[in-house]
Amino acid sequence: MNIKKFITILIVVPLTFISLNTDIQAKAKCKIVIAGSTTVLPIAQRSAELYMDVNSDANITVRGGGSGVGIAALIDGRCDIADASRSMKTKELKIARGKGVNPVGNIIATDGIAIVVNKSNPIKNITLEQLRDIYTGKTVNWKELGGNDAQIVSISRDYSSGTFEVFKKLVLKGDKVKNDVLMLASNKGVSTTVNQTKGALGYIGLGYISDDLKVLTVNSVYPTKENVSNNNYPIARPLFMYTNGKPKGLIKSFIDFILSDNGKKIVEETGYVPVQ
Amino acid sequence: MSRFNSNKFRESIGDYFSYTFFFKNRRKIKDIKEILFKIIIYTTSISSIVFLFGIIISIFKEGWSIFVSYGIIKFLFGMSWHPTHYPPEFGIFPLIMGSICITIGSLIVAIPLGLGSAIYVSEIANNRVKEILKPIIELLANIPSVVYGLVGMAFFAPLVQRIFNIPIGLNVFSASVILGIMIIPIISSVSEDALSTVPKQLKEGSYALGANKWETITKIIIPSAKTGIIVSIVLGFGRAIGETMVVLMIAGGSPHIPKSIFQSARPLTSAIASEMGEAIIGSQHYHSLFGIAIVLFIIIFITNLIVELAVKKKWRIK
Repeated sequence: MNIKKFITILIVVPLTFISLNTDIQAKAKCKIVIAGSTTVLPIAQRSAELYMDVNSDANITVRGGGSGVGIAALIDGRCDIADASRSMKTKELKIARGKGVNPVGNIIATDGIAIVVNKSNPIKNITLEQLRDIYTGKTVNWKELGGNDAQIVSISRDYSSGTFEVFKKLVLKGDKVKNDVLMLASNKGVSTTVNQTKGALGYIGLGYISDDLKVLTVNSVYPTKENVSNNNYPIARPLFMYTNGKPKGLIKSFIDFILSDNGKKIVEETGYVPVQ
Repeated sequence: MSRFNSNKFRESIGDYFSYTFFFKNRRKIKDIKEILFKIIIYTTSISSIVFLFGIIISIFKEGWSIFVSYGIIKFLFGMSWHPTHYPPEFGIFPLIMGSICITIGSLIVAIPLGLGSAIYVSEIANNRVKEILKPIIELLANIPSVVYGLVGMAFFAPLVQRIFNIPIGLNVFSASVILGIMIIPIISSVSEDALSTVPKQLKEGSYALGANKWETITKIIIPSAKTGIIVSIVLGFGRAIGETMVVLMIAGGSPHIPKSIFQSARPLTSAIASEMGEAIIGSQHYHSLFGIAIVLFIIIFITNLIVELAVKKKWRIK
């Protein structure tokens, strides 16, 4: 009996202290909760860390989940900033207005989508039309693009990924993606598979380019940071942080921090292109 | 004040702290303890039912509307899954076929291996080998599915691609093999239990009639443990069709009916897992994912029903 009591005390007392402690912390500090796109996550995470180093009374919680999750959380009032790798859809805006939330999109960076192939592939350039033909199933062999006689293994991100959304809008231009395209859940999954597969063709966020992959020029433009930021590169998208109304107070100070020179450095370090 | 008897009061206080009080009322204290214990146990047992019904109600509530708004026949037998296209298409037939192909493939891998190891462990191996083998098989069951997925994606899929000289290693074949390895422990442990409950008299009778080990195993032991073996296979089927992480990582995710085992597929579970994070809450896409959950739930419910009925039937015979 004594041992049981001892164990109970051992568990209950620290728990009480921890809960009291977090309660006090939450009250003392100004709190921001960020949720949403995994593409924006590295920027949000790194900036939050550095911002909290400078402003010790700020408490910023960063979560992933995906653009849709973040936006839904913003609408329900469960987060203050929703990260999104796409702009909000009309349906989402409608739901938000119905609940009295007025989402404002703050562009914090630009991301290019790189077209990648296996290193053994001799192809160097691809046009948007060729890409569309491949992903809609009209072109199936590398030979038709002047490459080796091998099947094109086209790899896509999943249906609900923000990257797929942008790819569909800018490359497929509203056409349906073919049914036998490989659908992988993450940027990392795409780059691993392209690296392992000779005939593979895939697309990934600029931050995921590595030496294991060969990046193609699209319409003869290479996705360098300059080309993405001055819109020469055709497959680029803005990254958003949505807030309820125009950002105010701590939220404004945090977003301004990301747009400052220090923030731009973070954006570049994480592989994206800062806003000019 | 007059009614207050200080002596009696002192006595009763003293009583309260004395052992005699405790012994006199031991029965009562025990009763209270028992009732409390019963209440706690009852609540915990009820809670699992509450959770189950909560889950059923919420998936049906969220998923039902897709059957109404899109049409149940079009949803179940539609050939094209393009949930984010405009206009969206929610035909889950290719996904159902993907799930079924991979599950059958995994059973083809797991049944011979699982059953073989069960027969070896229960009938052939001596005690020392048994003591080593059983924990190893159980360990196989305790490896997290994401680890299987990782191994399959990083090592097995490229190997398959090289061996068979095919364009892509993420396909039905790779997913089936890895999933098959995952469900070996289920098939093996459940059918081993069934094999070891075969009465000794049957075996000894068989040997006495001059049958050798092979004949005894194939003609006596396996037929009499038949129900248990079938249960183990159905349980393995249920586990395989519900498994998410492995198929999400290895099956490739193409939303079409695989025409060969070297094409990729998109099973029901991986569609839910990969799309739910980004689906707009309250949209048709969101409801269609819950619709898939209903289909999965019904499949699992039927498999469990088969197991339940089979087990009951076995008991009745005994």
